[in-house]
Amino acid sequence: MNDSIKDPFNIIITGVGGQGNVMASRILGAMLSRRGYRVTIGETFGVSQRGGSVMSHLRISKKSAWSPQIPRGKADVIVALEPIEAIRTTAAYGSPESKVLANTRPIYPVQVIAGETEYPSQETIEESLGRLVRWAKFLNATGEALLLGNAILGNVIMIGALSAMEALPFTRADFESVITGSVTADKIGVNMQAFDRGAALLKKQ
Amino acid sequence: MSVLTNGKSGEEYLVMGNDAIARGALEAGVSVAAGYPGTPSSEIIENLARIAPDAGLYVEWSVNEKVALEVAAAASFAGLRSICTMKQNGVNVASDFLLHLGISGTRGGMVIVPCDDPGALSSINEGESRHFARLLEIPLIEPGDFQEALEMTRWAFDLSEELRMPVMMRSVTRLSHASGNVRFGPLPGAARSARFEYDGPFLDPLTGPMVTMPVPVRHKNQQEKIRKAEAIFETSPFNTYEGPEQPEVLIITCSACSLYSREAVKELGLGERAGILKLGTTWPLPKKLLKSRLAAAEKILFVEEVLPFLEENVMAAAAGFMGETGLKRFYGKADGTIPESGELNPDIVIAALAKITGTQYEPVAHEYARTAQEIASKHATVRDLTFCPGCPHRASFWIIHNVLELDNRKGFVCGDIGCYTLGLLPCGFGTLKTSHSMGSGTGLASGFGQLRRFGMEQPVLTVSGDSTFFHAVIPAMVNAAHHGSDIILALLDNAGTAMTGFQSHPGMPVNAQGEGAVPLDISEICRSLGAAVETSDPFDLEGTERKFLALLERGKGTRVMVLKQPCALSPERKGKKLYEVRVDPAKCLGDDCGCGRICTRVFRCPALVWDRDAGRARVDEVLCAGCGVCSSVCTNGAILREEAAQK
Repeated sequence: MNDSIKDPFNIIITGVGGQGNVMASRILGAMLSRRGYRVTIGETFGVSQRGGSVMSHLRISKKSAWSPQIPRGKADVIVALEPIEAIRTTAAYGSPESKVLANTRPIYPVQVIAGETEYPSQETIEESLGRLVRWAKFLNATGEALLLGNAILGNVIMIGALSAMEALPFTRADFESVITGSVTADKIGVNMQAFDRGAALLKKQ
Repeated sequence: MSVLTNGKSGEEYLVMGNDAIARGALEAGVSVAAGYPGTPSSEIIENLARIAPDAGLYVEWSVNEKVALEVAAAASFAGLRSICTMKQNGVNVASDFLLHLGISGTRGGMVIVPCDDPGALSSINEGESRHFARLLEIPLIEPGDFQEALEMTRWAFDLSEELRMPVMMRSVTRLSHASGNVRFGPLPGAARSARFEYDGPFLDPLTGPMVTMPVPVRHKNQQEKIRKAEAIFETSPFNTYEGPEQPEVLIITCSACSLYSREAVKELGLGERAGILKLGTTWPLPKKLLKSRLAAAEKILFVEEVLPFLEENVMAAAAGFMGETGLKRFYGKADGTIPESGELNPDIVIAALAKITGTQYEPVAHEYARTAQEIASKHATVRDLTFCPGCPHRASFWIIHNVLELDNRKGFVCGDIGCYTLGLLPCGFGTLKTSHSMGSGTGLASGFGQLRRFGMEQPVLTVSGDSTFFHAVIPAMVNAAHHGSDIILALLDNAGTAMTGFQSHPGMPVNAQGEGAVPLDISEICRSLGAAVETSDPFDLEGTERKFLALLERGKGTRVMVLKQPCALSPERKGKKLYEVRVDPAKCLGDDCGCGRICTRVFRCPALVWDRDAGRARVDEVLCAGCGVCSSVCTNGAILREEAAQK
């Protein structure tokens, strides 16, 4: 756990509608709020369920509320639930110092499905992000989530991995407490498994 | 269980702006809340409805914004406090009543909350509700952060009661749909009781009838109230100033833009040179306050969304006291310092402020920005909007598009408002050819349907969702039926107000509070107008196409095709597949088939992807919602579907 973060600390959670992006940002926000931070979350949803990119901007501060949109180049951590969203978001809000954590499972834009454009290979994605940031890690969060029985748990796996980065001041106990208040009792166990799986996967790298 | 009622006074909670507004209304002792769903406003009513039975409120999703405002006004007339919410264009719908309500005045505190959507993140317009406040002569306030969203809502009820007129509190997407820490205040005790007094003196605001006549008297009275509001606003704690007493640049801002402005001043390190006047009360303007702040500054920068509301009104006011304050240099939308349309963000404000002050700012090295831009445009394809996997609209537009192609008379479809507006994009096969306001698809069709006499031979179709039908299509249908317009309305009934999150509507057996309600039958309503009505399941492509063609070939009169199938994200359908779908690799011949990849190139479901390595279609099991429609699209029977086990 890292309790001496810069102020404000800026996190972006990015992905595609339906991946549990908003849920992830709220859980993360709630954990940091419990730790006494003032949290501002800017979310773009509405048409997001309909195949569009979704982003949540989190600003974490000991002092005050911040703009719900992070300025260019100021993202400290980018959590991407989808690989090309990692590229898009890093290109817009990243700097060489940003740390990127990305899921490897693609959700193809319809233009790719229609054959109008191509989706980059995992090698290309890693090489591209390597040119933009010094620190980038990839994990197959959706694949791991499917092993736990539900692809949507990919977002919790990513939060687990984020905890193992030790970039932010929250612990497994914080997650447990927040998730207990957010999901029905029968879902708490599998969410904890997903969190632990994410943390373990990152530590292995 | 909701933080809205369980939240303790004096404690801080991380909540959405819309929740802060809802809590503010509760702290003010609101009794009645009404609205029509629309992003980014919907959560206010939704979350109040959830707690309504326990908190002793009445909360409804009204049929449209005008009726919502009337429902809220009735509560006010009976002495209760009420709130009415809507998205920006809803104010247009409600504005006729609002014009009259401003003149008649109100009794119990009444707050109207339009949530604007700068940048049209979830809209097909960038409408500005603020101009209505000036146009209709009612007070306008705008919270600048999440805490203010709560506190200003609470205060707005007092203000409305003091002035005896409705107060407009405008929010925007970046407040309504953003979250921050908010300190709650106390909830009030006993609720008021309702009684409509009407037999006092005709002009008595509290006991007479609620009317606008005599207009000369009441309009003058309304303008006196606005002057009183101005006097109150001069000392409002919601108008704040931070910065040096004699700033080189004075930023005048409001709403979410005040957060961007604060960030810009900090980012550029201009705390000694730039001051921020954040206005919480934006109409009528507090002119004395403005005069004193303008007098102390040289350059004035307006930072606001979307239209130059503060900019033009402050400049007009400034013209009146320029003799005392000296000449000022104004920067904003008029001179191009700030963009005239679209959403603002910290970077735009940083750039504007840097230019005015001659400050250098580079968020990242130039070379890095160039590389980033290059990589993003090469590899991160901008995602076209599309219908969700399993969406009934994809099937409906497939059918309508095919029927019009088969008919071959250049028929066309007028669009309307909902997810199905995307029917104008490739995901809906480019089927829709007009797109305007709620109900205007049928209104336009009603007009097109009269143009035979001028030689127009094209078949005229329109679409409407189930909620939209009640909101504004009914009058247009009445018009079409009465005048015998030759049109077909395809009613895309997906069992709820789907786009905004499955709010109830008059066709449903349940109301906003989750209680039983009288469901009105759309087919019966259309039949009662004399329309020929057919019903079909859009997932049955072939059967529906046949029925549709028959209806089209009838040629004359007002006809309705009800296409019934619940939204794939609806509570009854989400996570429940009708079919397990897979591609038989032996039957899918890929590029050798001759089908031209109709399944992926044309049908474009996000869950049916083209496997480049295998040269065949493949179902993405994570995304597939199991509607099974694609199996009817494949010309070679290669997409197999089996009924799914029901969980």
